[in-house]
Amino acid sequence: MEARKKLGLIVNPVAGLGGRVGLKGSNGAEIQKRALELGAVPQSLNRAILALERIEPADDLKIVTYPGEMGADVARSCGFEPTITGSIEPGKTTAEDTRNAAAEMLRLGVDLLLFAGGDGTARDVYNAVGDELPVLGIPAGVKIHSAVYATNPLSAGDLAGLILQDKVSAFREAEVMDIDEDGVRQGIVSAKLYGYLKVPFRRRFLQGLKAPSKPGEQAAAAAIAADVVSNMEVGWLYVIGPGTTTRAITTRLELDKTLIGVDVVAEGDLVAVDVNESRLLELLKGRRAKIVVTPIGGQGYIFGRGNQQISPQVIARVGRENVVVVSTVGKIHSLGGRPLLVDTGDREVDEMLGGHIRVVTGYNEQIVYRVAC
Amino acid sequence: MAQQDISKHRFTDGKLNLRRFHQARWDEPVIFELSCEGQRGILVPEVEQGIQDEVGDVLATLPDAMRRKEPPRLPELAQPQVLRHYVRMSQENLGADLNVEIGQGTCTMKYSPKINEQLAGTPRMADLHPLQDEETVQGVLEIMYRFEQILKEISGMDRFTLQPGAGSAAIYANASIIRAYHESRGEAGQRDEIITTIFSHPSNAACAQTAGFKVITLYPDEDGYPDIDALKAAVSERTAALLITNPEDTGIFNPRIDEFVRVVHEAGGLCSYDQANANGILGITRAREAGFDLCHFNLHKTFSSPHGCGGPGCGASGVTEELARFLPVPTVEFDGEKYYLDYDRPDSVGKLRPFYGYVPVVLRAYAWVMSLGAEGLREVADISVLNNNYLLNKMVQIPGCSAPYAPGKHRIEQVRYSWEELAAETGVHSEELGVRAADFGIHYWTSHHPYVVPEPVTLEPTETPSKEDLDEYVTVMAHVAEEARTDPELVKTAPHNSTVHTVDHAPLDDPSQWAMTWRAYLKRIGK
Amino acid sequence: MTKERAIVYPYIPNSVLAVKQQMLQEVGAEQIEDFFEDVPEKLRLKRRMNLPEPFLSEYALKRHVEGILAKNKTAGEYLSFLGAGCWQHHVPAVCDEINGRGEFLTAYAGEPYDDHGRFQALFEYTSMMGELLNMDVVNVPTYDGFQATATSLRMACRLTGRRELLIAGTISGDLLSKIRDYCKPGFAIKQVGYDPATGQMDLDALKAAISEGTAAVYFENPSYLGFVETRGDEIAGIAHDHGAVCVVGADPISLGVLTPPADYGADIVCGDIQPLGMHMQFGGGQAGYIATHDKEEYVMEYPSRLFGIAPTRVPGEYGFGDVAYERTSFAEREEGKEWVGTAAALWGITAGVYLALMGPQGMREIGEGIMTRVRYAMLELDKIAGVKVPVFHAPHFKEFVVNFDGAGKTIAEINEALLAREIFGGKDLTQEFPALGNSALYCVTEVHTKEDMDRLVSALKEVV
Repeated sequence: MEARKKLGLIVNPVAGLGGRVGLKGSNGAEIQKRALELGAVPQSLNRAILALERIEPADDLKIVTYPGEMGADVARSCGFEPTITGSIEPGKTTAEDTRNAAAEMLRLGVDLLLFAGGDGTARDVYNAVGDELPVLGIPAGVKIHSAVYATNPLSAGDLAGLILQDKVSAFREAEVMDIDEDGVRQGIVSAKLYGYLKVPFRRRFLQGLKAPSKPGEQAAAAAIAADVVSNMEVGWLYVIGPGTTTRAITTRLELDKTLIGVDVVAEGDLVAVDVNESRLLELLKGRRAKIVVTPIGGQGYIFGRGNQQISPQVIARVGRENVVVVSTVGKIHSLGGRPLLVDTGDREVDEMLGGHIRVVTGYNEQIVYRVAC
Repeated sequence: MAQQDISKHRFTDGKLNLRRFHQARWDEPVIFELSCEGQRGILVPEVEQGIQDEVGDVLATLPDAMRRKEPPRLPELAQPQVLRHYVRMSQENLGADLNVEIGQGTCTMKYSPKINEQLAGTPRMADLHPLQDEETVQGVLEIMYRFEQILKEISGMDRFTLQPGAGSAAIYANASIIRAYHESRGEAGQRDEIITTIFSHPSNAACAQTAGFKVITLYPDEDGYPDIDALKAAVSERTAALLITNPEDTGIFNPRIDEFVRVVHEAGGLCSYDQANANGILGITRAREAGFDLCHFNLHKTFSSPHGCGGPGCGASGVTEELARFLPVPTVEFDGEKYYLDYDRPDSVGKLRPFYGYVPVVLRAYAWVMSLGAEGLREVADISVLNNNYLLNKMVQIPGCSAPYAPGKHRIEQVRYSWEELAAETGVHSEELGVRAADFGIHYWTSHHPYVVPEPVTLEPTETPSKEDLDEYVTVMAHVAEEARTDPELVKTAPHNSTVHTVDHAPLDDPSQWAMTWRAYLKRIGK
Repeated sequence: MTKERAIVYPYIPNSVLAVKQQMLQEVGAEQIEDFFEDVPEKLRLKRRMNLPEPFLSEYALKRHVEGILAKNKTAGEYLSFLGAGCWQHHVPAVCDEINGRGEFLTAYAGEPYDDHGRFQALFEYTSMMGELLNMDVVNVPTYDGFQATATSLRMACRLTGRRELLIAGTISGDLLSKIRDYCKPGFAIKQVGYDPATGQMDLDALKAAISEGTAAVYFENPSYLGFVETRGDEIAGIAHDHGAVCVVGADPISLGVLTPPADYGADIVCGDIQPLGMHMQFGGGQAGYIATHDKEEYVMEYPSRLFGIAPTRVPGEYGFGDVAYERTSFAEREEGKEWVGTAAALWGITAGVYLALMGPQGMREIGEGIMTRVRYAMLELDKIAGVKVPVFHAPHFKEFVVNFDGAGKTIAEINEALLAREIFGGKDLTQEFPALGNSALYCVTEVHTKEDMDRLVSALKEVV
């Protein structure tokens, strides 16, 4: 009998291992070993259980997962009889296992892929499924830069439950960030935008409606794009950074933006795609230009995470007054009052950007928000 | 056999039990389902034979295409059935007359004195045509004039219009006046930006946009206060005005409000004070001294006129003398002997509505002020603030509840709380707590969307609840919060004691399923 | 300034000194002044407000206010023929009973489960209006007919992406003023001429004025000046031929006998529901309606709340809620979607009660009765020397223009003379419509008896 709903579950057993004992991230067998020696306890299992407990076992719900510590243990402890696929070497699971598991679940056509892990896990999932499958992360790692995770395990479970009851039909694209963990351990944080995963988006309860709410994320991004495009001037170059909101701009111009790269637009046409710093500097020679960026990842960075091609030199050349930040109000509110962040690598440029900045949040709508460096 | 002391069962361990509230549930069909062909609820006056004889068939004077062929398919009921149907529906609400209505923060749901209802309903208010000769309406004009003088004193502004239909309409009126002002100075094209804050009422942004302005919204500093540095980053030669609510919807008063005004004035903009939250500052601080050019009050909030399920209310807009020339027409004037309506205002923004506003609401507001006087209004402010801080003190003692921002400080007349801690601990959201609170006959409003404060609830007691009322509200909140820990299923499946259960919203958002009238609904379900 | 006041106010329970002190103690504050720590000294009002002395007892208050109101004369004490946007109709007692009930009067913005009655009552109102208008979507009321009209016009602009509005030449000066203010900046407002003999919109002028830039054509039926626009279908046709929206303002109390505008091509219908059970209240009984067909692109443009019916989690239970709350404009998002706030919900509920009491038969009878009385009045008035009625040779509903060019007196003089006879004459149109000469707008409804109208006729005979 074919189950009505299939939930894919992947637990990265080593995720979140290092954080508590002061080691950043958990990639690499060495680090994992060291963490366990220091008494680290795998967080991801506990977090995954907290999430899965929110979902009622039911006859028409099938859980598809990997053996043992990669999911079956968690599923059983929550009262499910999971369908187990694949094979692992217990105690020595790798990124490849995660990728294989995800690919298998894509093949089996699960309705949602729930995974517990950190940035590395998100990247691995992305490599396997791209944006072909709805996914949702249960946060279990250290500081997470990717925006594909729910705020906490409980809400991850709740949201998954709603999806399985067909009560969620909206999805948004969320950035997957590639963090160089070795660099982080050496005190250098370097993040690249890796891609976008398709994450379900639940509107809040329609409670307390005394005034209409703002439009949904997609409509908001389109409104922002309408504003930016309507203000584009002849003779100016527009350096468009990566991000879902900036993509709405090129969509409006009916251009194809690169997924994770920086593109340059002028007078409604693509001038250059996926440029690096030197190409940018070349293009900027003797030209007036604006930079259009949006916060990438869950931490609110407008420079320094995923758009390093827009280097401090580029920013200094263009000038602060020509930096246009765009963001939906939803994204701003997800910062929970924390400021936007910049980390260009150049102290002076960072300080130039710091303070308060205007952010385009809709058509003829802006906010003024704090930027910290 | 001795009589039992039945009152003791109302207490458990010395504490009063929660109410075993159950809202009226009539399972009342939609009125069309009660229709019975031929029944009449009222008969209309007949046309006299003398008229009929002279006129004949008047419908024959209409071209065929303009004569209605199919009668409208209105329901047909006799009078008692209509009355009963509506009275039953009236029971299926939680109004301020019934419940401890402090859960609708920002709405200022105070007691609406019944004497004012009586006065507003008398024929010498209710049966006046707005175009009657002025000598026959001196009384109502006098009320409007006197009330304007009262508002002038409360705010310090020079002139008021009572025309706007409610608060948002008043904000729009102010935006229109601001637009006219800049136009008169040839700067309308240049000054196309209006600044507001995220904790001001959303209508400040929406009405400014409607009037054609771009809107810049400032986010607060870390402590939740409006950020003067953000303002400085926002002003420019494009600034038309600042529209700001103070205290904001968090209940926090901006201590630098006059500085905000100065910054905007220096940039050449005007400042408009949204005084929807005036209840806690009556007689304490005014728009004038803070330097504002315009302000507005909600007469159905601060001034006690009832909310009527969503209106009618009244928005009173006040301006300085310099801007008075732009006020909508007519204004009410007094020449020493009589009151009259003045349309002689060539620079007026024109009419915002037919006639002069929701005048009975003005009457209620006037009567309310006249029952209190200056001392009484001051007491209103004092007690509404005392009630609010008393409530605050108790609410934050509930585990899982916090009042973000302004650490260590009090609030003015309302507070935006957060159940973030409780939600993280139990997975129960603020909305769900609110639904369960309704099982005890209590209202609950979270916040405007999208939420800035996570898991919010905004409470505004006003001056009219008693200490016992406040205690009851907190007891319910604490109880429901505890249930979130011990019996989350009960909370999540609430309401259990309301008129109906929670609505499945999916059809309401799906164009192929929604139905906004009964006829549309019948089409959907194939009838 | 926290001297202990001796007065205990009935509306302020905690003004009792002992209670105040107890509460302060529990909060840990010395005095109420502590709570105002964020209000700087320099912003404090350092004096008592200079307001009139209060009437602390309810009796004294009542006497004071009634004393002022005694200076008014009600329309009923006189014989009134005033209309022009606010009309004298009978208000059924049940209407007053229902909107006086504290449960409705003091409810506000509760949820669909605990304010179910309010949602259902408003859904029933919109449903009954839908039947009257032959349309499937009706809004929860806005402030008044002017707002409904202005919003309808802006909706049309958002729908079409265009900025030009063509407005009938016979609308009131006040409505035009509202439209001019509300549809600014960037909107072009043009009025279309009318046939002076019939009042009907000049279709040739309309065709000449309309273009691919026209967002909407607006006319009223019946007109502000009382006549019925008989070629609404042609006007709608011309609008549609150019991709414009047809917006029609209609008096709901006429729709028991007049064809609903949707039937002759109106896309958006709007107006004021004051005639449906609201006392005149010196202009305080106004409320606005907007109605359209159930097309997604239209629904998305409403700034108002729209209540829909939906199941709850209990089978068979009716629930209600807000439709499409996150309205995505189909326009190029060039504009904000206006705003929503407290407006006139109680009048919407009242109108529902009215329509339920009247039913289809009542609506037909009242419409026919009004038109019959109007015709009688017109016929009789025309017999007076110096008086010409009707000015427009067209069917009329409840108002009509009376011309007094032959009377040798201004309208102001005539009305003053009528006033001395305790009659309110029709609204003076000389400023608003100079082309109509010495004219006034008279209104006759079901409240006027033959005797009333005969009295007007004899009075005018004396006066002119």
